[in-house]
Amino acid sequence: MNGTIQAPSIEYALLAPILVVFGAAIVGVLVEAFAPRYLRSAIHLPLTLLSLAGAFALAVWQAIKGVPTKPAAMGAVAVDGPALFIWGTILILAFVSVLLIKDEEHFVGAAAAVPGSAEEEQSLVERAAHTEVYPLLLFAVGGMLLFPASNDLLVAFVALEVMSLPLYLLCGLARRRRLLSQEAAVKYFLLGAFSSAFFLYGTALLYGYAGSVDLAKINQALGAVGGQDTLLYIGAAMLGVGLLFKIGAAPFQAWKPDVYQGAPTPITALMASGTLVAAFGALLRVFWVGLGGLDWDWRPVLYGVAILTMVVGAVLAITQTDIKRMLAYSSIAHGGFLLIGVIATGHTQAENTSALSGLLFYLVAYGFTTVGAFAIVTMVRDAGGEAWHLSRWAGLGKRSPLLAGTFAFFLLAFAGIPLTSGFFGKYAVFQAAVANGATPLVIIGVVASAIAAFFYVRVIVLMFFSDPAADGPSVVLPSRGTAAVVGIAALATVVLGVYPQPVLDLAHTAAQSLFVR
Amino acid sequence: MPWLSTLMGVSVLGALGVTLVRNDKLAKQFTLVVSLIVLALTVAMAVQFSPNGDKFQFAETYDWIPQFGVHYGVAVDGIALVLILLSVILVPIVVLASWHDAEAGKRSVRTYFSLLLVLEAMMIGVFAATDVFLFYVFFEAMLIPMYFMIGSYGGAQRSYAAVKFLLYSLFGGLLMLVAVIALYTIAGKGTFMFSDLVGTIQDVTTQKWLFLGFFIAFAIKAPLWPFHTWLPDAAAQAPAGAAVLLVGVLDKVGTYGMLRFCLELFPDAAKFFTPLVITLSVIGIVYGAIVAIGQTDMKRLIAYTSVSHFGFIAMGVFAMTTSAGSGATLYMVNHGFSTGALFLIAGFLIYRRGSHFIADYGGVQKVAPILAGTFLVAGLSSLSLPGLSTFVSEFMVLTGTYQRYVVPAVIATVGVILAAIYILWMYQRTMNGPTAESVKSLPDLNAREKWVVAPLVALLLVFGFYPKPLLDVINPAVKDTLSSVSVTDPKPAVPVAQEGQ
Repeated sequence: MNGTIQAPSIEYALLAPILVVFGAAIVGVLVEAFAPRYLRSAIHLPLTLLSLAGAFALAVWQAIKGVPTKPAAMGAVAVDGPALFIWGTILILAFVSVLLIKDEEHFVGAAAAVPGSAEEEQSLVERAAHTEVYPLLLFAVGGMLLFPASNDLLVAFVALEVMSLPLYLLCGLARRRRLLSQEAAVKYFLLGAFSSAFFLYGTALLYGYAGSVDLAKINQALGAVGGQDTLLYIGAAMLGVGLLFKIGAAPFQAWKPDVYQGAPTPITALMASGTLVAAFGALLRVFWVGLGGLDWDWRPVLYGVAILTMVVGAVLAITQTDIKRMLAYSSIAHGGFLLIGVIATGHTQAENTSALSGLLFYLVAYGFTTVGAFAIVTMVRDAGGEAWHLSRWAGLGKRSPLLAGTFAFFLLAFAGIPLTSGFFGKYAVFQAAVANGATPLVIIGVVASAIAAFFYVRVIVLMFFSDPAADGPSVVLPSRGTAAVVGIAALATVVLGVYPQPVLDLAHTAAQSLFVR
Repeated sequence: MPWLSTLMGVSVLGALGVTLVRNDKLAKQFTLVVSLIVLALTVAMAVQFSPNGDKFQFAETYDWIPQFGVHYGVAVDGIALVLILLSVILVPIVVLASWHDAEAGKRSVRTYFSLLLVLEAMMIGVFAATDVFLFYVFFEAMLIPMYFMIGSYGGAQRSYAAVKFLLYSLFGGLLMLVAVIALYTIAGKGTFMFSDLVGTIQDVTTQKWLFLGFFIAFAIKAPLWPFHTWLPDAAAQAPAGAAVLLVGVLDKVGTYGMLRFCLELFPDAAKFFTPLVITLSVIGIVYGAIVAIGQTDMKRLIAYTSVSHFGFIAMGVFAMTTSAGSGATLYMVNHGFSTGALFLIAGFLIYRRGSHFIADYGGVQKVAPILAGTFLVAGLSSLSLPGLSTFVSEFMVLTGTYQRYVVPAVIATVGVILAAIYILWMYQRTMNGPTAESVKSLPDLNAREKWVVAPLVALLLVFGFYPKPLLDVINPAVKDTLSSVSVTDPKPAVPVAQEGQ
């Protein structure tokens, strides 16, 4: 304490992927401020895509160069195998989602105009557009990258907010069913803020317990500090609430259907894939690196949460009539399956590696299929926008067999039918769980899969076996971006379902080094 | 030459080819040619099979997913070979029989035939798989083409029937998945190859649990009483051709799985559960037959007769004598032909009159003698008339079971009598008697339909008098299976049913 402050050493090269995304986001804000309106879109799109591609290239380069064995940025950010794998996944999924967003049809012209008012009319006439979606999206993606890599709870909190705030806003920008969209944004914001508060309070309590917010130091303190167990348990529980909320695990799942339904579909696609991946990455790191020594206490709780999540997701999905709500509940159920993978982490290196690599593979497989499914949802339209009611999808298989066939294929992948990526994802996670003695959990998972299969199959029945409605929705000719998204997602679902070995190897290599401490 | 991969490859390429053909008629002809090529290739493979050679022949093994220990491993023993033969013989017949099936609903004809060829590839794969994981993949994946065939091209209740079929099978399959994973983990061999897994599970309690996981899946698939309720719905709603493959081949995967996996992987558990399985089988035999008598719908009736027949097959598998095991395997083949013929001819009849209710017919024999005559032959085979193929297998199952389980064998014999009632009574109500007004103008079988029926009737007769070629192939495989379960035939052996008459 001699008055000099040590300048922090920051490994810029390691953090380059995050920095590129944030940098592009800031440039995007400048574009909004200075570029003329008619040029903005033309600048944003290449900027966004290039920055995501560049960040991906940097992440790959780092993975090739060798994974560091120590956390970067004074122990605040851990760029390790799993983090790099998750970064790659998020960046690809974000890239694909941007291709969907490119079709600006989805966004409202003037978000501030009251629905149905003269101002709204005016904005339509002027063909106004919120090009801010691109920088907002980049900020959200930057947060998603930082969140799973953050090695201390404060950085994690900052990342959580950077990820969530733009998403709250983006949710409210749907062009059609605007009230629903605004309701979704408010709901997401209030509940999200609530869960962030839990996270922050948990952080504070753990700091009180361990004297540090660094995950590794918290873990060291677990055995050493005595007499402060109340702080520890309440802190850990609150942290868990914050993280499980972002995953949408029961009983914190209530926001998901409303938000998925109200948000513009491309944003839903991004949330359902990217946010989920990021949140699972963070959950793993916090519970494993930070609270690994406490696993006798949190494992049974997660056990219960996983069961509840799977059952709630699968059962409630059956009653849905809105395609996006149904996919939201399906996402909840899949969150439950993924939690099985978190629980499957054991004590030996091999068990951990197999559980972690299974989880990483599942995230990739599920992410691609989800983006593809939502891309198809954007293409089936009524006069008033997307044909959201399931009954409107009746007989789609007759009128556009290719589209309906692809969607059916995605649904079968969700259901986990062999020869699709979803099957190997589930298999990898279940196998790790059985190897770790969590067989009862796997049996419940299997039963939940069977229930879930019912509502996936029901949509297939509607599309293929029912007769089309006379005034059924039309299938718009997809823009090049949307077509590319569907194509990429279908290809990924097939390839990962028939020949998953390369990606499994990659996930295995990424998982082998486990998380750095 | 990689025979089995070639067979599957030709079918899959054919399926892709069919979707590319623009013209419906051409698509049908193309499908027929592809299925005949597959048949020819299979026959060419089968004649090279040496019954007393290695257990598994034409083996191919490649790593598929090394990280999970999964291989692409295919090979055939005698049991698998005859079931593959059954499948590839039925497919061209079904193609020919389904010539106009897909047109009625104004749905894509090409998709139907494409699905048929995909299904053919999977049927070959599921019997040929020597890797437990690969077997599971085919076991589940083959539900999907059948699901679409029932749901898109079936009768009025088709979507209900299709969903019921899919969910029952999927549920069973998922339970099996848990057992498959547990088998892999507990065996700890790091491989799914069947030959490496045999004998690895020694603990009897573990065996029992894993056995149940596999057995319930197979019992739903086969189906055994009380897991049978999906079958009458699915078979009655499916188009006739799909019903033949469903009951004739897909359901055999269940009984095949019992014989191959339940017995060999979990011998002690299999012995423990034998009384239970035999009881279920006997109930199924009698129950299926009695319920069949009461049916008013022809296709449901045939479906219930199958429930009864599957009881016989399962009983034969679990009786664990060479005679019963070989009989059961032979039964799987013969049942495919005889029930296939029944479904197809009933399908022709229904196509003509537009009703599947028995009450709507009467005296068809007078207006369509060939149709009625072949229906009678198929029916008589189904009720095990000596001289027709099913008789041999049923007799072997009963004598084989009698060696070990006297009472069940005696009760099961009642099923034979009941079979006579349901078949002959149905025949009497539809074909005999005064000709009903509505059927007076029914045409007899046309040339295409004769080509469909002729090979089936021929096979029923040939294997009725001379089942030796089949039994020569089946017997060593069944003996081998039973020896790995380490059971020997009971001592005071009744002379094993002699091959042929």
